[in-house]
Amino acid sequence: MVFLSSDGMNTGLLARFARREFVPNRFDLVALALIGALAVLVVHGAQQMNLPVTTLNTTPVMLDPARLPEYALRSTLRMFAAIFASLIFTFVVATLAAKSRKAELVIVPALDILQSVPVLVFLTFTVTFFIGLFPTSELGVECAAIFAIFTAQAWNMAFSFYQSLRNLPTDLDEVSRQFNLSVWQRFWKLELPFATPALVWNTMMSMSGGWFFVVASEAVTVGRTTVTLPGIGSWLALAIEREDFGAVAWAVGAMAVVIVLYDQLLFRPIVAWADKFRFEQTASEEQPESWFYDLLRRTRLFRRLGAPFAGLMAKAPRARLPRLPGARISNPRAERWLDRVWLAVVIAGALWAAWTIFRYVSQTLTLHDALAAFGLGFITLFRVLVLIVIASLIWVPIGVWIGLRPAWSQRIQPVAQFLAAFPANVIFPFAVMGIVAGGLDPDIWLSPLIILGTQWYILFNVVAGASALPNDLKEAAGIFRLRAWQRWRDLILPGIFPYYVTGALTASGGSWNASIVAEVVSWGHTHLQAKGLGAFIANATTAGDFPRVALGATVMSVFVIALNRSLWRPMYAYAEKNLRLN
Amino acid sequence: MTLTIDRPAQSNAPLVEVKGLKHVYGNGAGPGLVVLEDVNLTMRPNEIVGLLGRSGSGKSTLLRSIAGLITPTAGTVSVRDMPGDDTAHGVSMVFQSFALFPWLTVEKNVELGLEAQGVPAEERRKRTLAAIDLIGLDGFENAYPKELSGGMRQRVGLARALVVQPSILLMDEPFSALDVLTAETLRTDLLDLWGEGRMPIRSILLVTHNIEEAVLMCDRILVFSSNPGRVIAEIKVDLPQPRKRLDPAFRALVDDIYARMTARPKGPAAREGNFPGSGLGMALTHVSTNTLAGMIESLAASPHNGAAELATLARELQMEADELLPIAETLQLMRFAEIEGRTIRLTAAARRYDAADVDERKRIFAQHLLAYVPLAAHIRRVLDDRASHMAPASRFRDELEDFMSEPYAEETMDAIVSWGRYAEVFAFDEGDDRFSLDDPA
Repeated sequence: MVFLSSDGMNTGLLARFARREFVPNRFDLVALALIGALAVLVVHGAQQMNLPVTTLNTTPVMLDPARLPEYALRSTLRMFAAIFASLIFTFVVATLAAKSRKAELVIVPALDILQSVPVLVFLTFTVTFFIGLFPTSELGVECAAIFAIFTAQAWNMAFSFYQSLRNLPTDLDEVSRQFNLSVWQRFWKLELPFATPALVWNTMMSMSGGWFFVVASEAVTVGRTTVTLPGIGSWLALAIEREDFGAVAWAVGAMAVVIVLYDQLLFRPIVAWADKFRFEQTASEEQPESWFYDLLRRTRLFRRLGAPFAGLMAKAPRARLPRLPGARISNPRAERWLDRVWLAVVIAGALWAAWTIFRYVSQTLTLHDALAAFGLGFITLFRVLVLIVIASLIWVPIGVWIGLRPAWSQRIQPVAQFLAAFPANVIFPFAVMGIVAGGLDPDIWLSPLIILGTQWYILFNVVAGASALPNDLKEAAGIFRLRAWQRWRDLILPGIFPYYVTGALTASGGSWNASIVAEVVSWGHTHLQAKGLGAFIANATTAGDFPRVALGATVMSVFVIALNRSLWRPMYAYAEKNLRLN
Repeated sequence: MTLTIDRPAQSNAPLVEVKGLKHVYGNGAGPGLVVLEDVNLTMRPNEIVGLLGRSGSGKSTLLRSIAGLITPTAGTVSVRDMPGDDTAHGVSMVFQSFALFPWLTVEKNVELGLEAQGVPAEERRKRTLAAIDLIGLDGFENAYPKELSGGMRQRVGLARALVVQPSILLMDEPFSALDVLTAETLRTDLLDLWGEGRMPIRSILLVTHNIEEAVLMCDRILVFSSNPGRVIAEIKVDLPQPRKRLDPAFRALVDDIYARMTARPKGPAAREGNFPGSGLGMALTHVSTNTLAGMIESLAASPHNGAAELATLARELQMEADELLPIAETLQLMRFAEIEGRTIRLTAAARRYDAADVDERKRIFAQHLLAYVPLAAHIRRVLDDRASHMAPASRFRDELEDFMSEPYAEETMDAIVSWGRYAEVFAFDEGDDRFSLDDPA
């Protein structure tokens, strides 16, 4: 430990204190207040989670603004519990996939499909399971909610980590092998640091998407089971039920505060810190900044106090773990045979699973139901595509305009990222009121809701793309006096295309998920419904009709996968191949 | 000279012995690409041995086999420690790309190997600081690699390799990513440390494609042929250190090695220079047509007037053998030049090319391309035969891969596309991955 090994920290403590090394400076005071408050809140929230389930019924959610901070805290803790679970999942599963070919054969396609399954469907199936697991404690319900959020976050994080592990720089890999680093040392010195920037970015994206599901998963009815967990989501559900306009506004405000805090106190610092892991031998021009990170680094006391932990972290890679038993088969022919056998086993397993689902669904449903679900799928598909087009027509010009003006894009970019993280379902009630008041057709006017929260991905990616346009190309366009449309055709559109595809892909994926919440909305006793696959799943969930939920989820997954394969991936490949600016 | 130091006979026992090494890259399905064939090497204490060869001659593969990073297909590699209680043992490596961990400070980077060995923290720090000091990095302990210049980074790489006290230091083109001045300083410093015996190592194995570097540093040079890599010559360098580049003996040795490296292999494929394979299966190197034209022009101009010594040319154009030789051999392949011994001489066609205008140049180039590069003629024939005058590139790529590995096929395709486009022998659409006859008007 650092306390023991570094020359007499224990004996020299007083002397050091006298030399003011431990005397807090003003940065310490600010940091202390912030971190202390955070610690108190976490402990309080965690205690609340473990209360017996009966308190849920005796102390229902109350629309009292004084309780709102606590509800916000509970929602936030759920989010962090899920992100923690996602990280553990990522480290275990992605490492397995990267190191074992047999595991890879199963894990990679599985992740790909899981990414496409609508998240809220997981909730439907797991609520009963988790309540059964902890029948006497609130923990079961909490677990169900956390698991739902987890399913919104884990897959892309695992993918990113897997890809980093597969693309380790060859020379660093050779150094590690040449020095005989243990598996454990290798993980800490090479694999984790190399994967960190991509993982941090994906975690941020996951959390942005996650808020939506935090709100959606706190108040859910599955058949006869109604889950109401104290949090912003259930506050909102109650406000909607009581048609309390003020309470909805409170929820919007609370959500905004929470997201700003999490961004400023957690994510910006982590992004700023992760910058040092970027695999570049040259210093980057633009380093991400965070006032909170700078504050923490400037504190005297906190850095001292952090030293033992830093020491522990430095020790961690040195721990010698037992070598994993690596059954190495040197015969390539045997290995190929083994692969084939394994593949056959996997395919058989998949077929069996498909058959099980089919049998389960076909007990109550007919081919006619399946066809109907597919028909509804096409309606939702149409909605998603039209809205992506409309959102693109609006946001691409605006994004380009902003991106070409550095002063603007610096100010707008955080706002766009904030809007992407903001759970749009909190604002749905306003839309419902509008539709009801105007007597509008829900089939059309509910549609914008599915892209309300996800359109921002298009905006901030386009802004990023436009600000990344190389200066020399812009100057060349200026010198040759390209006309407006020529500028767009030859410079701007090709330049932002890769960024746009990333944004549109994210927006489209999010919209499918949002359709489950957005195609059926209510305000008090007013229920609005748009025809579509999302409404189909939502209604089946409320009715507790599991076969229908399974059918709807399967159909939606098929649609999402088909759309990804036939539209987004080819566009992505084209952009990668032809439109890279370096 | 270090070799003359008197030592007990037994301490002259080999440190490294490589016997009958053969390495084949490939997935085991096809014949694979033989990168090393029947290579033998013995390293004794107190010598710097250089492995000199073109890219693709398998010298890095040999180095990595000794480092234990690659398991060769056949043959044995044995690394022995010095007899007695010598502290130095094992091998350590310096990389061309430096291979520093960007997220670790200089000190942590240097410490890496010691940490892996489980050396206690205190001793680790002591040895690390000593190595940093030895290599001239003091003051930079807490810097991150991105804050350092290329030369300083390679010093970190060197310190990291030395701190584990290897008996053999393996160096994989350690100076080729550095600019000329920095590389020279680093070479001199390394030779000084070696000459004064201040490094804990007993031998150095240096991979390089720079002939002068090899002559400057090594006591013994093994010259490799390409495809497959074989040792074609072993040259003892008896010049006293420090060596001077302008010394006539030094120059003579460099010229001699140039001649050996361009020597044509005996056999039927001799006309095709050093390009491996023959006919359609000839692996080409992608040399830009601008470079070819530039080489013809500078050879045709005075003072060369059509012929020059390769070594002189390389010095004048500031090119390394590895860069110059593919250009020379491509010219030879297309009958724009003849290489004899250490001299390259332009042909009559090349002189006509030099005097011609742009369109005439293209015409001459097209003629030679179709006449002497079988793949170009083959593609043209297929396009002529087809009614559509179009053919997918994958078809030719597949044909090539019957003869060579994928990277070689890729490089050959790149070369043929760029030459064919320049000569306007055929057009190529990258998006559709397709050859065609119609000119993009």
